[in-house]
Amino acid sequence: MYRYNTLDQTLVNERVAQFREQTARFLNGELSEDQFRPLRLMNGLYIQTHAPMLRVAGPYGLFSSRQLRKLAHIARTYDKNYCHFTTRQNIQFNWPKLEQVPDILAELAEVEMHAMQTSGNCMRNTTTDALAGVAVDEIEDPRPYCEIIRQWTILHPEFAYLPRKFKIAVSGTEQDRAATQLHDIGLHLVKNESGEIGFRVLVGGGLGRTPIIGQVIREFLPKQELLAYLEAIVRIYNLYGRRDNKYKARIKILVKEIGLAAFKEKVEQEWQLSREPLLLSDERIAEIKRYFAPPAYEASAADDQTLVAKLAENQAFATWYQHNTVAHQKAGYRAVFVSLKHPTAPPGDITDRQLDVLADLTDQYSFGEIRSNHRQNLMLADVRQSDLFALWQALRHIELATPNIGTVSDIICCPGLDFCSLANAGSIGVVRELNEALDDLDYQYDLGDIKINISGCMNGCAHQSVGHIGILGVDKKGEEWYQITLGGSSENQAAIGQRLGPAVSRDQITDTILDILDVYLNIREPDEPFLATVNRAGLEPFKEKIYATC
Amino acid sequence: MPLVKDQTLTEDCYRHLTDSDALPETGGFSVSLQRWLDEREHLLTHAGPLGVRLKAEHEVSVFAEDLPKLALIVLELDKFTDGRSFTQAWYLRRRYGFNGEIRAVGDYLPDQVFYLKRTGVNAFAFDNAAQAPLILAKLNEFSVHYQTSAA
Repeated sequence: MYRYNTLDQTLVNERVAQFREQTARFLNGELSEDQFRPLRLMNGLYIQTHAPMLRVAGPYGLFSSRQLRKLAHIARTYDKNYCHFTTRQNIQFNWPKLEQVPDILAELAEVEMHAMQTSGNCMRNTTTDALAGVAVDEIEDPRPYCEIIRQWTILHPEFAYLPRKFKIAVSGTEQDRAATQLHDIGLHLVKNESGEIGFRVLVGGGLGRTPIIGQVIREFLPKQELLAYLEAIVRIYNLYGRRDNKYKARIKILVKEIGLAAFKEKVEQEWQLSREPLLLSDERIAEIKRYFAPPAYEASAADDQTLVAKLAENQAFATWYQHNTVAHQKAGYRAVFVSLKHPTAPPGDITDRQLDVLADLTDQYSFGEIRSNHRQNLMLADVRQSDLFALWQALRHIELATPNIGTVSDIICCPGLDFCSLANAGSIGVVRELNEALDDLDYQYDLGDIKINISGCMNGCAHQSVGHIGILGVDKKGEEWYQITLGGSSENQAAIGQRLGPAVSRDQITDTILDILDVYLNIREPDEPFLATVNRAGLEPFKEKIYATC
Repeated sequence: MPLVKDQTLTEDCYRHLTDSDALPETGGFSVSLQRWLDEREHLLTHAGPLGVRLKAEHEVSVFAEDLPKLALIVLELDKFTDGRSFTQAWYLRRRYGFNGEIRAVGDYLPDQVFYLKRTGVNAFAFDNAAQAPLILAKLNEFSVHYQTSAA
């Protein structure tokens, strides 16, 4: 993974000093709340319902075991012994004290971490596929480009006060696992007709109040032009994005209002005029690629005979293997999901104790590196198949081996009303109730691939509008109600879910979801996944069941 | 009004005219972009240094060809969260090669002067003289950066 050089470390250290000074000026009244707000947000600090919330950057979801131990230490020392992985591969602490945040940032800097630009109207953490570098359908490893983008975005002097937040995602595979069509800019590594690898560039996607799927602005961009093109897009957005209404300020609204063709014309003109100083040399790309060279895989890993035997003799292990491990580029290796969706824990949450043990397992079994993904799970990407059984046992011991990846209980969930000051309704409680109702794993496996996403408000942090089943918390006269959508997807055939009908009340939501699952089981064709059934049959069969009047 | 220019505390030697003020006989002054566009030929007869004041919504391109005749561009920041002025400064320095004074006035924070400096602003006007040490310090808040700079 990328390691800081003197420049990176100096910059992060100076940022900590800057925030310490800003916090002091705020606390002694020299900075007003309005002045301090954007400054603290650009250091990941929100003021929430109960306490500040600090969002720490997980650069394209990649962490070392040393960093995990530091997160555990911070959770123990400054928070209530846990933290939370987000849909954008970042980490949130829910209970830090404002005065202590500079100290937390200093602790993070010791392990090459920071909280820069994890919030605010600026360029955010760049995200990618957790399988980057090991996916069998990979065109090229996206991580070196993510790092190049990371460095370009950090403290970019021109683009720190954009109309609204700005998110970039990169996918290096045929199968889009980074929701790139739902980002302000989505980048797909592609190969053109002459065999050169570059980027297909999408623009204007986004979730939130007005979910929109991104459009292709350029079919092929040579990789040397990456930063030049990104800079042109962001400059045009900075100048022409709406600043009169924060709900219409994302780039998706600009692209929609002036049209893709007019937007593209402005961008391409800007690009031609400003591209030269921003061109990436092949040497520069190669230099960053070296940080992501494959680890020292053992050729003998492929000779293993023990896995087959273990799978045959232990059904629970075989089930976990089937659901929580993924094929790897290298024979004899698997990528392993660490499920953060234990039925009794809020989705994405992990304790200090789990983090510490996981750090040891990361060192022991996966070259000291671990990833987070946009479905709020973790991944050990380079595990020898002969180690899988021992790893499974160890993960099970710390409740991180729930065999539910890709099932109906692998739910994306925001913190909701329990923590978030924006929320209209609870989300964690709904997930807990759903988990209780869905406790039969065989029933879950029969249901197959169903992605439920639940957000406590229309800001949509849990991407409900692209959930196969989306649940959106709304406030009706002080009561929590839930709006349901069906048919959303953040994968290759990205789609915004359609509204099923009127919102349902808190005490009906679980039964309503169970009814939806029942209808699916009744009407599906052989081997037809949930999303395909919804697309084929439409909403009517579901509406009839849910809103039938007796 | 105190002014930090090229990292030094100094005084403003320009007059900043409204659109109805009479033109002074001598000395430097600035006018709004609109007045510049309306009275360009007449203003160019003035012997002293000339400046133009831009709001965040103005396009630099509409008067870019006049830049060689100007000594000062004032970026009027009405709201510190409006980042368009940063791009205006970048255009002035990088796109159009303006090498006169680019000055920030209005609603900006000392915490933004490092970024403004990097996009090409080299002078900072402010109301409260007591803020000078903070602004001077914050101009050099970071010793390193990633992107190429317009400064």
